[in-house]
Amino acid sequence: MIGRRWWVPWLWLSPALVLLGVFLVYPSIDTLRRSFYGPSSSNFVGLSNYKFIIDNPAPLVTDTHSAILNNVMWLVLFTGLCVAVGLGIAVLASRVRYESVAKSAIFVPMAISFVAASVIWRFMYEYNPHVGTLNAFITYLGGHPTAWLQNNLSPQAWLTSRGPRTLPEPIQINNFALIAVGVWIWTGFAMVVLSAGLKGISSEMLEAARVDGANEWQIFRRIIIPVLSPTIAVVATTLVIQALKLFDLVWVMSGGAFKTDVIATLFFRESFLFGNFGVGSALAIVLLLAVVPIMVVSIRRFQFQEETR
Amino acid sequence: MAEEARRGRITMAPPSTKEAGGLLRRFLQWMGTRVPLHVALIGLAIIWSVPTIALLVSSFRTPQAIASSGWWNAFKPTFHFTFANYQNVLQHRGMARAFVNSLVISVPVTLLVILVAALAAYAFSWMRFPGRGGLFLLTVGMLVVPLQMTLIPVLRLYVRFTPNITMPLIGGNVFGVSSFPGIWLAHTAYGLPLAVYLLRNFFGSLPRDLIESAYLDGASDLGVFFRIILPLSVPALGALAIFQFLWVWNDLLVALTLLGNPQLYPLTVNITNLVNSFGSNYQVLTAAAFVSMVVPLFIFFALQRYFVEGLLTGAVKG
Repeated sequence: MIGRRWWVPWLWLSPALVLLGVFLVYPSIDTLRRSFYGPSSSNFVGLSNYKFIIDNPAPLVTDTHSAILNNVMWLVLFTGLCVAVGLGIAVLASRVRYESVAKSAIFVPMAISFVAASVIWRFMYEYNPHVGTLNAFITYLGGHPTAWLQNNLSPQAWLTSRGPRTLPEPIQINNFALIAVGVWIWTGFAMVVLSAGLKGISSEMLEAARVDGANEWQIFRRIIIPVLSPTIAVVATTLVIQALKLFDLVWVMSGGAFKTDVIATLFFRESFLFGNFGVGSALAIVLLLAVVPIMVVSIRRFQFQEETR
Repeated sequence: MAEEARRGRITMAPPSTKEAGGLLRRFLQWMGTRVPLHVALIGLAIIWSVPTIALLVSSFRTPQAIASSGWWNAFKPTFHFTFANYQNVLQHRGMARAFVNSLVISVPVTLLVILVAALAAYAFSWMRFPGRGGLFLLTVGMLVVPLQMTLIPVLRLYVRFTPNITMPLIGGNVFGVSSFPGIWLAHTAYGLPLAVYLLRNFFGSLPRDLIESAYLDGASDLGVFFRIILPLSVPALGALAIFQFLWVWNDLLVALTLLGNPQLYPLTVNITNLVNSFGSNYQVLTAAAFVSMVVPLFIFFALQRYFVEGLLTGAVKG
């Protein structure tokens, strides 16, 4: 509009800016401040909360090392598996007539909550082979049931025949069991986005390669992967952020017991159950620091999109 | 790559199907590629569906049957299905109240996010003011702030602004801790970065001529916003609404932190408590989980096209 008064844009922006300021900007700054204070945020303690995280003095109560390692494992395995399986399904499904049905089946878990998914998978992992589907399957195959979520108490089983205690942390069956649930939920997301990218590859290019005698693996390796790599990057970024912020799944399924804690669950327990806002805030800042590089990359990508828009 | 392909076309002959044994070879090729393809794909689809089906089937079985035999036995003769589990969770485990609470939380948040984000996105895309680019980047940058981080300060703030007055009709306090308005505002703020980003991109892609000619005809900002921008943006608003609704419906963390009053618990919090107290009483848990899944599954199957489109425009957050 011509001749708009200077304050008009701010009027339109004000509800959003006030909400963002109160619920995101102010808390970020305040969390940073609290991370330098004691449990009740009243006495300044310098960096000792961060020292607590690094030194890990109370591993039986608050095992910060295990939580960080678990987050790293989530980041690598969860992201890698979701992208790999999602891409695989997208490519396979594009070659069959029942594509939409197959994709729906994979995608349904995206719609339901982590809490509902946790109930579903607690039921799948149930120890009693007359109840738990996975253990029923294992006993059917001649194996012994394993306590999927309680690695340390489990009887030896074919899946853990090396013995969980001999495995180096954080490689534990229960972590894998939790990551599998995350993959079950998020593969649909990777699949849908990659599938849309796949549709964008010109069929002429693929036909030309086929006519030239390229086999399907070569087409996948030499054409699909390179062309899709920007899309894969977008998907992976989203998944990495998910892996870092992960909370609900672990909280409901294992409560972080048996060394399945991640940073977010540790943060929640420190802050709201132990009332230690100092260590809790420091853990939140660690999480933020982990996300900042991804934020920089995302914003760069956004700016690039803006310039090419 | 394309260059290689072009060169290759000249030297390599296309595979011939006319020669003798061509049919057999094609059959073997079909066996070698198509069959494993179908097996792999159908296998994955089944693996992905089994957990949900197991839950659904079990929720209709009796407690004795759930505890003594696997859900797959439900398909053997002497079929015996029951609604008792649903009756139990809805009447005695607070799931009916929790269902209403989930709606009371999710619907207003969805509308608020869309309204507030659309106002801001309009300013960001069609108004000129100093600091526009930087402010927009800051808004988008908020997308990656871990939500957990904001909860302690917000909770502390809320504790100071909680009047001891009960909200009429929907219950809880009128504001602050354990209040619906408190969680509405928090969820709205958490939804804004993504919503502003998406709507700004969508509004910015609308035809400039249309909007400028409306200004020249003397239309006000409000007129342009309500008569041109919003009607043209229905698909984007729809996709955003679906995601925002599902995200709030499925949220556990925010509700767990800001709602201390069991009367206000949404489905997710209620189920988490049931998991803690009924660890392996699956007659309670399966039915409760399915109650919470009915709405998302309905939205998914009824609005799948919008759902997928929304996802592709980036409507995913954590």
